[in-house]
Amino acid sequence: MFRKLFPVFAVLVSLALLTAACSSGSEAPVVIETVIVTVEVPVVAATAGRGEILNRVIERGKLICGGRTDLTGFGYLDENGRNIGFDIDLCRAVAAAVLGDPEAIEVVPLTAADRGPVLQTAEVDMLSRNLTWTTSRDAQWGNFTTVMFYDGQGFMIRKDSGITSTDEFDGATVCVTSGTTTEQNLADFFRQNNMTYEAVIFEETAAVYSAYEEGRCDITTSDKSQLASVRSGFANPDDHIILDITISKEPLTPAVPHGDDAWFDIVKEVMYALINAEELGVTQANVEEMKSSENINVLRLLGQEGDWGYSDLGLDAEALANAIAAVGNYGEIYNRYMGPDGIAFTLPRGPNDLWSNGGLMYAPPVK
Amino acid sequence: MATNQPSVLYKSEIPFYRDERVLKAIAQIVSAALIIAAVVWAVLNFLKAAEARSMTLTFDFLKEAAGFPISNPPIEYEPSMTFGRAFLVGLVNTLLVSVFGVIGATLLGTLIALARLSSNWLLSRIALAYIEFHRNIPLLVLLFIWYFTVFAQLPQVADSIVWPGPIYISKRGFYLTWPRLTETGMPFVILLGIGILAASIVYIVLRRRREITGKETYYFPISVGLLIFFPLIGWFLSGGTPLWLDVPVLDGFNYQGGLRFTPEFTALFVGLTMYTAAFIAEVVRAGIQAVDRGQIEAARAVGLSTIQVLSLVIIPQALRVIIPPMISQYLNLTKNSSLALAVGFQELFSVGKIAINQAGRAVPVFALVMITYLTMSLLTSFVLNIYNRRIQFVTR
Repeated sequence: MFRKLFPVFAVLVSLALLTAACSSGSEAPVVIETVIVTVEVPVVAATAGRGEILNRVIERGKLICGGRTDLTGFGYLDENGRNIGFDIDLCRAVAAAVLGDPEAIEVVPLTAADRGPVLQTAEVDMLSRNLTWTTSRDAQWGNFTTVMFYDGQGFMIRKDSGITSTDEFDGATVCVTSGTTTEQNLADFFRQNNMTYEAVIFEETAAVYSAYEEGRCDITTSDKSQLASVRSGFANPDDHIILDITISKEPLTPAVPHGDDAWFDIVKEVMYALINAEELGVTQANVEEMKSSENINVLRLLGQEGDWGYSDLGLDAEALANAIAAVGNYGEIYNRYMGPDGIAFTLPRGPNDLWSNGGLMYAPPVK
Repeated sequence: MATNQPSVLYKSEIPFYRDERVLKAIAQIVSAALIIAAVVWAVLNFLKAAEARSMTLTFDFLKEAAGFPISNPPIEYEPSMTFGRAFLVGLVNTLLVSVFGVIGATLLGTLIALARLSSNWLLSRIALAYIEFHRNIPLLVLLFIWYFTVFAQLPQVADSIVWPGPIYISKRGFYLTWPRLTETGMPFVILLGIGILAASIVYIVLRRRREITGKETYYFPISVGLLIFFPLIGWFLSGGTPLWLDVPVLDGFNYQGGLRFTPEFTALFVGLTMYTAAFIAEVVRAGIQAVDRGQIEAARAVGLSTIQVLSLVIIPQALRVIIPPMISQYLNLTKNSSLALAVGFQELFSVGKIAINQAGRAVPVFALVMITYLTMSLLTSFVLNIYNRRIQFVTR
């Protein structure tokens, strides 16, 4: 037996000796000692210390963005296979600000249940995947930048079911995505209203809606924007209605990994710039001419006058101008996908309008 | 080999680097050290990374309220119950589908193996086609086919297919009319149990006595008599109505009552069973073909009937070959049940995936899921290995 295995052992031993980079002494104790030394060499885990993510992104030459490819309007693919959508444009804005190129992004499609762990381990530079900001997620997953879409959970039902209000939901079957706030809100809602229901739960969003459309469920529930998006993709959108009731607050917010404050600030800064640009009337089309605007706030935003924290964060003075030039201001992004002429579907802006128009979108001033 | 020589001479003649024992020891030490070093490095690195990301590695969250629903829990479960309870629900679901799957796959697999070995050309080819189809398509694909292209295409609840029973079949699942115990039904169940127990004891004891004494003991009619006698008493004790028929009734959105199998469970059960049956069929076929032809011919020569040949000669010898690979098929089935995630059946792994998300504790949850599967698999193979040892030839 040993005779046969001897060559194998010989190779193993010599390999061990080689790896240990021993000079000439081929005695066993030396090898062991060397191995122990290897253990003691501190191998620091790839955590995100201050400024590390920015360096990583610049070195790599592209931004890795956790997103999705299956939700019309928010994160999906156009006919050429290019990632588009509201959430994706936020990633492009950051890429344009940091790297000067909105195309320098890599979108990693994630299921709802995978989002948390991926952000926790900093496998993505930023997560923009219609993610609800909650206290526990903020504590456990990462840093939430600023709410970019105010949403709430609603219900979609078949028109021919004859249901008009949630009071008639008792005993219904509900299709829902696992690992979401939706799932919890659903449980809370039925519990508080003393109604029973049967949940049918999938990890893949596509599976949830195909099960609903096939008739496995009477009701499906999610953020209203998502329901609107999904309905637009159904074979007969008019056969389904979204009930006029909102059962939760769903502030959809891009998030970044814990531990890198500078990167957190950069992403926030870009988000604020998009909102401020809409307020100041800076658009994708006029951003170049606005660089010589009379309005001092516009000049500050576009980096034409003074340094308002840009260099502290490692950004070019014109970084935010680049972001706006790449994807347009907040309103333009919204309207591109969900406005009256939106390419995905139409959803009134409601709370997502600027504060000055009675909405909730409000960004700190550039000062 | 040099080991026959006196050790003093041996030592002086052979330098240590050609001494097998020394080289052996060095190889052992080096490989052990490398493995330990790798493990220590991995653990330390992990702990460091976890600390840097302020990830909590305790299991305290198991006592917190889960907050998420589970579809059709087999044991009582509310979202207000704990994560620990949610895991238990998942575990029960895993065990349910595994036990049903193992039984179903064994029966189906054996039938297919017999068909495959049949001298009927058509039957044998159909079995071959079945086996090749299932062995060469990934299980996940099969599950999707079952769920989305078969069970999801059943009629709507209102237009349910009605089978005699009545059994209602629709997109919402299979609703079976099912006997349930009435309030006075308990004596019947107890006496039924006693009847089964008494009948089996009498059967074994009397049969053994016949083997020893050679006298007829009428073990079969006596045990059947017992099996009827006791439940009959129970029937009268329960006032003649120990059971009632729970007939499913369409009420509101769904049928209520009856015994229900959800499309998710059915898709997983059917998919797993049919997939594993293909492998089991090959295992059984190999086992039967491993029995020496001479054995069968000899058994026929001494005048045993076909059934006797099968039960006394072929099966006992085939089992020796069948059991070990069968154990691994059972374990495969149990582990493959984690694919339930894709068809919305909430077993251990899908509950785990939700908990990872809702509790934000990826590492403890994965550890828990892995340990549970490991324990389940080791227990199964431990029990089956005992059985395996009993049926092997005793070597003298």
